[in-house]
Amino acid sequence: MSTPLLQTHGLKSWYGDFQALYGIDFEVREGEMVAIIGANGAGKSTFLKTLTGLLKAPAESVRFEGRAIGGLPPGEIARAGIAMVPEGRRLFPSLTVEENLLMGANTRRHGPWSLERVFSLFPILKERRHHGGTELSGGQQQMVAIGRALMSNPRLLLCDELSLGLAPIVIREIYAALPRICAEGLTAVIVEQDVGMAQQASQRLYCFQEGRVSLSAASDAVTRDQISQAYFGL
Amino acid sequence: MSAVTSPLPASQAQGLPLWQVERQTRASRLAGLIAIALVVLAASMPFWADAAWMREFVEIGCYFIFAAMWNLLAGYGGMVSIGQQAFFGVGGYVMLALGNFVGVNPFVAVPLAAVAAGLLAWPLSRLAFRLQGGYFAIGTWVIAEVLRLTVANISAVGGGSGTSLTALAGIARSTREAVTFWMALAAVVAAIALVYGFLRSRQGLALMAIRDSEVASESQGIDVKRTKLWVYIVAAFGAGLAGALYFVGNLRISPDAAFSVNWTAFAIFMVVIGGIGTIEGPILGALIFWALNRWFSDYGTWYLIGLGTLAIFVTVFFKQGLWGYAQQRWGWSLFPTRRRLVLGAPPASPD
Amino acid sequence: MWSWIDTLVQGLLLGGLYGLFALGQALIFGVMRLTNTAHGDFIVLGAFMAFLVATGLGINPFVAGALLLPLAFGFGYALQRFPLNGTLGKDPLPSLVVTFGLAIVIQNALQQGFTADPRSIDSMGLNIQGVALTEQLSIGVLPLLIFVLALACTAGLQWMSQRTALGRAFRAVSDDREVAQLMGLRASHVYAMATGMAFVLIALAGTLQGMRTTVSPSDGPALLLFAFEAVIIGGMGSFWGTFAGALILGVTQSIGFRFNPGWGIWFGHLVFLAVLVWRPQGLFPKTKG
Repeated sequence: MSTPLLQTHGLKSWYGDFQALYGIDFEVREGEMVAIIGANGAGKSTFLKTLTGLLKAPAESVRFEGRAIGGLPPGEIARAGIAMVPEGRRLFPSLTVEENLLMGANTRRHGPWSLERVFSLFPILKERRHHGGTELSGGQQQMVAIGRALMSNPRLLLCDELSLGLAPIVIREIYAALPRICAEGLTAVIVEQDVGMAQQASQRLYCFQEGRVSLSAASDAVTRDQISQAYFGL
Repeated sequence: MSAVTSPLPASQAQGLPLWQVERQTRASRLAGLIAIALVVLAASMPFWADAAWMREFVEIGCYFIFAAMWNLLAGYGGMVSIGQQAFFGVGGYVMLALGNFVGVNPFVAVPLAAVAAGLLAWPLSRLAFRLQGGYFAIGTWVIAEVLRLTVANISAVGGGSGTSLTALAGIARSTREAVTFWMALAAVVAAIALVYGFLRSRQGLALMAIRDSEVASESQGIDVKRTKLWVYIVAAFGAGLAGALYFVGNLRISPDAAFSVNWTAFAIFMVVIGGIGTIEGPILGALIFWALNRWFSDYGTWYLIGLGTLAIFVTVFFKQGLWGYAQQRWGWSLFPTRRRLVLGAPPASPD
Repeated sequence: MWSWIDTLVQGLLLGGLYGLFALGQALIFGVMRLTNTAHGDFIVLGAFMAFLVATGLGINPFVAGALLLPLAFGFGYALQRFPLNGTLGKDPLPSLVVTFGLAIVIQNALQQGFTADPRSIDSMGLNIQGVALTEQLSIGVLPLLIFVLALACTAGLQWMSQRTALGRAFRAVSDDREVAQLMGLRASHVYAMATGMAFVLIALAGTLQGMRTTVSPSDGPALLLFAFEAVIIGGMGSFWGTFAGALILGVTQSIGFRFNPGWGIWFGHLVFLAVLVWRPQGLFPKTKG
């Protein structure tokens, strides 16, 4: 069995005095799509923030491509090949759609993704390229956020709550694009409130509950009951 | 998460309350007694002390009151202003005007001038509150400058070169100095009491909540705007008091002296060194400032360079100031405003 | 009538210089919300440095000023990278106290080194030369040069902000520092670049101020207030807005001076306060969120 692309071991995290993660063991292998589900406050977003360096962690507790990356500044982690689509999109209001996408290229990594390729993935963005980033609809903003992350040519893509605040039809559209995105072997971790969507889109899933992993299984092998139990901690 | 159960504490079994809210520490009770003794001792000073010492006390007292008010505004109210000298100057000039032109006894005019400064704060707040953060700070400075330039153009009070307080001419020097001293002493005690009392009250608790998080306090029903306005007015009143008192002692006023930004600079220095957001901080800061002033002010520009560098150094490395550091490290507190939750009956020997 | 037009023109030219004062501050505040209370004192420091270089090396003051610019960039970059970066954050107090402390140190150090006497930089006669626009109206060459330079700097900054990667980085990091870091930006480096550029403008402004009029160590606070007023009157978020605000301030002061030499600056303050009361977002605001 080859080394996982990303691996965490006993990962703990704090917001000031408040402990949010109590020891997360997590791994994702290259080319996989892994989902993380759980209730609000379970620690899913905290986990992603720790992976991207926005929250500090001991060096050894997070390993990427075999290298210990815990505690590194976010810029360095981005340059190492981890990109995030943040919760709530968080586009830059002062930048146009095109400029938002170009921001992703700051990591200067080589790879298949370019402005043209993102436009061919999401044609509507090409039409709107000179509009202000936040003038678009929710779904279109999500496309920009995804495109922005792709522009950094990552090896690992982290998606935080893609479906947040979007209409079901838009959610389906976004998720339909994911296989195309990962077709060339891009690894992805998706944090998702919509359990059904998460199961459908991923090969494996983890369930977080109050800062701990309460379930880790193959997405097609897990039952509703098991998920409910893990979700609510019954 | 399974529920945690534990046996009832013995105190509750005896029918005593399960928890208490406590505020005083042993140190603070002791400090309170010592403070009262010091004040009584100080009050007797006009009978035995050298006049120069009394004058120095008045001067440092004014610096301290101004700093304590600045601390209330910035450290507790979260409003950092570089323009409080506006109210200091207004206090001085109103006192002078009342004394020289209206024939009011200047000593009586001092609290009146303070009230005037507090009243002026209300319309001025309509201007200043349009800005936030760093720009609020500079905006208040502009307002102070407008006042300075306006007063400098009023010939009745001597315009740019200022004028003297003639209303005290008829009083004997020793009497004047004694009364000035007592007023200063009373003002210092009143300032500390005012701030302490305010912070222990519900408004004070509201203020500290606002300082920590405006949004959260608003959701708890605190009227943020009104609380901030009140703090601004109280701070202006205090600054005006300090100003009026200072010029009663100084006898000569000018726009450049009354509205100088140096007042705020020194206040910032005292508060930052001593510890912002604490009551003890400005007291400690004023003492340190007085000591530095006494030994080093002869060095002129070098002394000021030193003060500036010291302030930078302390801000970067000791953000909470010297007292704040002691408070965090050793839990010292002479004027405690925090309420502590104590489980069980109050301990027999506190701390 | 012509004397009024003259007042207006003089005011615009004065506003040009104020524009140079204000652009640096607008840049720093726009990118990192830092209020540098020593801004004016740094301008004065720039003037004295230019004076020193020009008289010390015996060279042309314009060359001296030009030499100063890269040094100013480095100085600003280092200043931001080391002491100032740690003061950034939601609490405005640390940056205020640190820059205030710097202001006091600079003022007194200058006084120690140069005495309190006003100095001026020899502009090789340019400050007394004039250009006749019409029979009744002539303007000074130096003020005109200053105005043109200010115009160029405003256009340059606007171009940089909208059309370069660095400008994009400035706007992104100002919008959302966290996400900008997720994109691979090093916030402290970006901030330092902004401060470096602002200091180039400061050095330029100082040199020109020293040529146009005399400078003394205590001039700093007044210049800070002018810069600040220009930014507020113009409205935040656009360099052209700041420039316009500076012009308005210059004209206002010029009109005030006309009535009474003691009223010029006071008039400017009043207009600033009026804008604050009736249009607090400024006359040409463009900030988003």
